[in-house]
Amino acid sequence: MSQRAAMAEHRKVVPFWRDERVLKVLAQIAFVILVLAIGLWALSNYRERGLTFTFGFFNQEASFHLAEGIPFSPTDSYARAFLVGVVNTIRVASLGVVLATLLGLVTGIARLSDNWLVSRIASVYIEIIRNTPLLVQLFFLYFAVILKLPQLKKQDEITAITLPGPTYLSNRGLAMPWPRPSESFGSWWPFLVAALVVAVVLMILRARGVQRTGRPNFNFLWVVVAFLAVPAIGWLVVPGNPLVLDVPAIKGLRVEGGTALSPEFVALTLGLVVYTGAFIAEVVRAGILSVPRGQTEAARAQGFTNGQILRLIVLPQALRVIIPPLISQYLNLTKNSSLAIGIGFLDLYAVSTTMLNQSGRVVEVFLMIMASYLSMSLTISLIMNVVNRRIQIVER
Amino acid sequence: MAVQPEVIKPPRTEVGLLGWLKKNLFSTWYHVLLTFFSIAFVYVVLRAVITWVVRDARWEVVVVNLKVFMIGRYPTKEAWRVLVSLGIVVLLAMLTWVFRRAEGKPRRWLVIGWLLSLPLITILLRGFSRESPFLPLVSEDVWSGLLLTLVLAIVGIVASFPLGVLLALGRRSKLPVIKVLCTVYIETIRGVPLISVLFMSQLMLPLFLPPEIRLGTVMRALTGMTLFSAAYTAENVRGGLASIPRGQYEAARAVGLNEVLVMGLIVLPQALRAVIPAIVGQFISLFKDTTLVVIVGLLDLLGIAKAVVGQKEFIGLHKEVYAFAAVIFFICCYTMSYASRRLEQVLGVGER
Repeated sequence: MSQRAAMAEHRKVVPFWRDERVLKVLAQIAFVILVLAIGLWALSNYRERGLTFTFGFFNQEASFHLAEGIPFSPTDSYARAFLVGVVNTIRVASLGVVLATLLGLVTGIARLSDNWLVSRIASVYIEIIRNTPLLVQLFFLYFAVILKLPQLKKQDEITAITLPGPTYLSNRGLAMPWPRPSESFGSWWPFLVAALVVAVVLMILRARGVQRTGRPNFNFLWVVVAFLAVPAIGWLVVPGNPLVLDVPAIKGLRVEGGTALSPEFVALTLGLVVYTGAFIAEVVRAGILSVPRGQTEAARAQGFTNGQILRLIVLPQALRVIIPPLISQYLNLTKNSSLAIGIGFLDLYAVSTTMLNQSGRVVEVFLMIMASYLSMSLTISLIMNVVNRRIQIVER
Repeated sequence: MAVQPEVIKPPRTEVGLLGWLKKNLFSTWYHVLLTFFSIAFVYVVLRAVITWVVRDARWEVVVVNLKVFMIGRYPTKEAWRVLVSLGIVVLLAMLTWVFRRAEGKPRRWLVIGWLLSLPLITILLRGFSRESPFLPLVSEDVWSGLLLTLVLAIVGIVASFPLGVLLALGRRSKLPVIKVLCTVYIETIRGVPLISVLFMSQLMLPLFLPPEIRLGTVMRALTGMTLFSAAYTAENVRGGLASIPRGQYEAARAVGLNEVLVMGLIVLPQALRAVIPAIVGQFISLFKDTTLVVIVGLLDLLGIAKAVVGQKEFIGLHKEVYAFAAVIFFICCYTMSYASRRLEQVLGVGER
């Protein structure tokens, strides 16, 4: 039998309803029809209620107050209200990510310390935090700790906890000194840009040196010195001080000057940092344990000190293992910042809920929320993936 | 006569308590420093915590409201049904413990028992109809307290399991349309916070359902939990599927099984076994995440705590109430993570 005849025979034997190629196409078509049918059914129910879909309300006047973050007045639009929320979420998330990483790194290393007591303390902290819900911790922190702090002032006497600075910690939040630009800041900031340019140029030169000869032609310290020296020279050249330290002072029943962090902001950031820090500590620990013992032993045999071993041998290798789970911890922190609504911090989610209650536009607002969180998640993943790729290449 | 070798005892500073102290606490000058700082830290913290717990805290708020914390608004007359349900679970757990096998394979009748317990407990808790003399209806909307927390977590994980397996299979499918749709679903859900999914199920779901179908708030929250949890289950199951060697597929195909049978009989059973620890981990985090239903107005353990704080005679006792809630959550989660570590050892995951 010729080949063609065999194929014809085959076709005859396998009817189309048992032909895998046909079935695959049919299955996909059926799936799409199913999904579409559910979607259309849901949509028709939505229409039947006389509901429409429009983003027009975004330009309308919001007519509610938002007391957190960038200035906002009730006459501003819904779009601006949403922006306030987004900025607040980014503020919390970025500060939280930095602090949680530091806390996690320190605790993760402490967990592996040779010192029995230090590693015990670290593991008790990790176990307690990881085994209780974040929202319970936030409620405790906000209602039972921060709101129970002393008042700012009682009968003309300052009752707030005063730390050097002066920094005032009270149930109205945290007030601390903050540098503010003065008039001469305008002529100083070019020096900041110049410092950045100089530092980048030096880094490129250094990288070239490494490429050519295998070792840097000057110490990294010089980059730091140059980066600090340029603004310092600028400070001397420019008349007056470009930055003045704005010190908070208690006037009447409120604090003036400095920068003030609301109790909600403090509670949320602290809660997220403590919670995510415990998870990052476990990530760091797993990463460090993944570096073979031989590496540490070889380094010790060559006379590295413990600190050098950690900094030069173990951490760079551990980073390869640490970065991917670290990304998901950063994503979790960003998503968890939505719990702000539980303690009344006006983040993206809380503002959106207010918008939703005011305008009644449930679906539209929810699409905005989803889009915002998804784009934040994507941005973090993108940045961290770039970092990850660089580390992997440097390593091998 | 054999010469007895002379055994020199190790120095006193190397063995026993002293040796341990030297090795673990005072090996170098900075460890000495660290140790003293740690002792001071532990002293300060423990002293503050213990004086508060023993002397300053007003625990009567917890004692008086203990029943409220556990079952909340569940009618007191019917509270025995909760106890019986708990009894069933404890009995099954004990039977499982007693009749466990060394090789970690569960006995069939135990599996059937566990599966039967779910509908049984549901009927027991919910009852039949309002008028029925035996087991009158207790609508799920009045379930609250720890009971609601447990129901949300357990139903969330059980109901999401089949959906999650389907999504995982869909994402690994060779059919592009199915693959893309499943991937989009999983990644969207994983990219947004649970609270937004919960809010969506509370507010948006009713808008897209015909007016005849009315879901109570608890049912809506359960729907949200399930849809959310399914995406995470799917990723866990996908991990399990990826861990099955190609040879298994090829051998099964060579024996003459079609793709459905390969999945159902060869790959999935092995994959699901491999993901049990991951599912337990997911259950623990879902258990903690159930607290988020407070924000959509449900009264789970944390919601009850919030309500208790508002009681007139106990106003301002936030610390006691939230600390109590935290302790309950800690006990549950810590036990579960301990059990899952044991389970991992028994199953020998990662050893084969």
